[in-house]
Amino acid sequence: MSITREEVAKIAALARIRMGDDELERMVPELNGILNWVEQLGEVDTSQVEPMTAVIPNTLRLRADVVDADPLTGGNRREDILANAPAAEHGFFGVPKVIE
Amino acid sequence: MTNELTNLGVKAIRDGVASGTFTAREVAEAFNAAVADAASLNAFIVTTPDHALAAADSVDAARARGEALGTMAGVPIGMKDLFATHGVQTTAASHILEGFKPQYESTVSQNLWDAGAGMLGKLNLDQFAMGSSNETSYFGNVISPWKKAGSNAAMSPGGSSGGSSTAVAARIAPAATGTDTGGSIRQPAAFTGICGIKPTYGRCSRWGVVAFASSLDQAGPMARSVEDCAIMLEAMAGFDPKDATSLDLPVPGWEAALSADLRGKKVGIPREYRMDGTDEEILASWEQGKAWLRDAGAEIVDVSLPHTKYALPAYYIVAPAEASSNLARYDGVRYGLRDLPDGAGLQDMYAATREAGLGDEVKRRILMGTYVLSAGFYDAYYTQAQKVRTLVSRDFTEAFAQCDVILAPTTPTASFPLGDKTDDPLAMYLNDVFAVPASLAGLPAMSVPALLNSDGLPLGLQLVGKAFDEQSVLDAGLAIQQRAGFVAKPEKWW
Repeated sequence: MSITREEVAKIAALARIRMGDDELERMVPELNGILNWVEQLGEVDTSQVEPMTAVIPNTLRLRADVVDADPLTGGNRREDILANAPAAEHGFFGVPKVIE
Repeated sequence: MTNELTNLGVKAIRDGVASGTFTAREVAEAFNAAVADAASLNAFIVTTPDHALAAADSVDAARARGEALGTMAGVPIGMKDLFATHGVQTTAASHILEGFKPQYESTVSQNLWDAGAGMLGKLNLDQFAMGSSNETSYFGNVISPWKKAGSNAAMSPGGSSGGSSTAVAARIAPAATGTDTGGSIRQPAAFTGICGIKPTYGRCSRWGVVAFASSLDQAGPMARSVEDCAIMLEAMAGFDPKDATSLDLPVPGWEAALSADLRGKKVGIPREYRMDGTDEEILASWEQGKAWLRDAGAEIVDVSLPHTKYALPAYYIVAPAEASSNLARYDGVRYGLRDLPDGAGLQDMYAATREAGLGDEVKRRILMGTYVLSAGFYDAYYTQAQKVRTLVSRDFTEAFAQCDVILAPTTPTASFPLGDKTDDPLAMYLNDVFAVPASLAGLPAMSVPALLNSDGLPLGLQLVGKAFDEQSVLDAGLAIQQRAGFVAKPEKWW
């Protein structure tokens, strides 16, 4: 299976990465090289095998349903959360207009 | 005195500070000076001499008051720039995070500060930890302190923890944090003649560590001795409710339990690791490793890991898939770079920001990951890779029915000159062929220096243990360390 330039352009659009023509040209053979190499996984008989879901068995924990139980990850941290925003406005993340 | 201090490791510094042989401040000053003197290695993205001095003063004051000192008290370390550090720029070596100053501290770094360590600076790495040579950083290549005999070419310190390996090998830090997704602690350790251990998945909290592939990422220490790694890993590890995959287990006393007496232990030699194209000197070092462990009392047994050759291709589906999802957060809205072309809408802003902010290798992996997760290809690629991962893991379970620890080379070659493999992503990926299987299975694995090859470059040996059994890995590492007597260090040229 090989991937076309149009498909790479589509994936780049899905991944929200703008790509110029030169970069697309470069990516096509590189991605094909990697894809052709990973194709060898098709040789492995996995008909009786479950896909891995957890590498080390662990139980899924639930936290107590308490507001601000952990002050680090609870609420009332607006200033901290906005501190690195490229455009913080009026206590919100500023973005270009989405709805015309 | 300064030079003597910077030759000391974690244990020697901690014990020397505790006994009053020297002060923590003297140590911090010596390393700060060594860091400032080594700018040409490009190991650090930012230096934080004040952090190191403040931590040292706090330790000296605690000692003066007669208080008990932490297990890393007075030890200044390098922090891989993948760990969020409060108020100190954290970039993952990417332009997209340039200027980002976290408002919180990662659990692992906080654990180290709580144990009395200080920070010399944030260490360079491959961008988002994607790379095996430290050539994908937005902040420039890290240069290994080692040179190939008879050549002046700049050598790779390995990757992704290349700033960490260079700093520790060059004696500008006694130890450093690393992270290992598919060999990023062990391969750079092997390239630079130092030790590094990746613990069982879940031992070290991932909270506050910039995510690459969450089911694989594990933090661990890099230092110049097995003892130093044991001390530092103990300080880094521990249950953290803020990480859903953190292991709710007590941290064993690895340092106190260290023993190089391997009588009654079985060391497995995986026959599939004897691959075509592996350097003869690497194979010879493996033979030497067997002899050392036999001398320590271990019995050497052959084991089989039949799916070894499929581990690397499976990794290059699973890791990019997770990365494509994890890196979706870099959108120019909440932190980091924003590129907003004139008149652009929100979607255009995302695409322009990510075009400008992400490096080539990162884009390549995001595209790979997006492709293998996309409709119509998911089962053929991603599900199949996760099934192969189950088989790789099962291979280890079966092998560990016959042995306590596995011995293998860490890498298929010694370090190579910078630029040697940058045109061929696949050739670069193959450098992690021996490291990736243990990552896919979440197992503890370590690299320890064995010897120098005929080019005067270090070669490492890898030990892989059962889940939760870091002790056997460290013990076998100690047995090798004692017999290898590896004391070679790079000659200072920087």
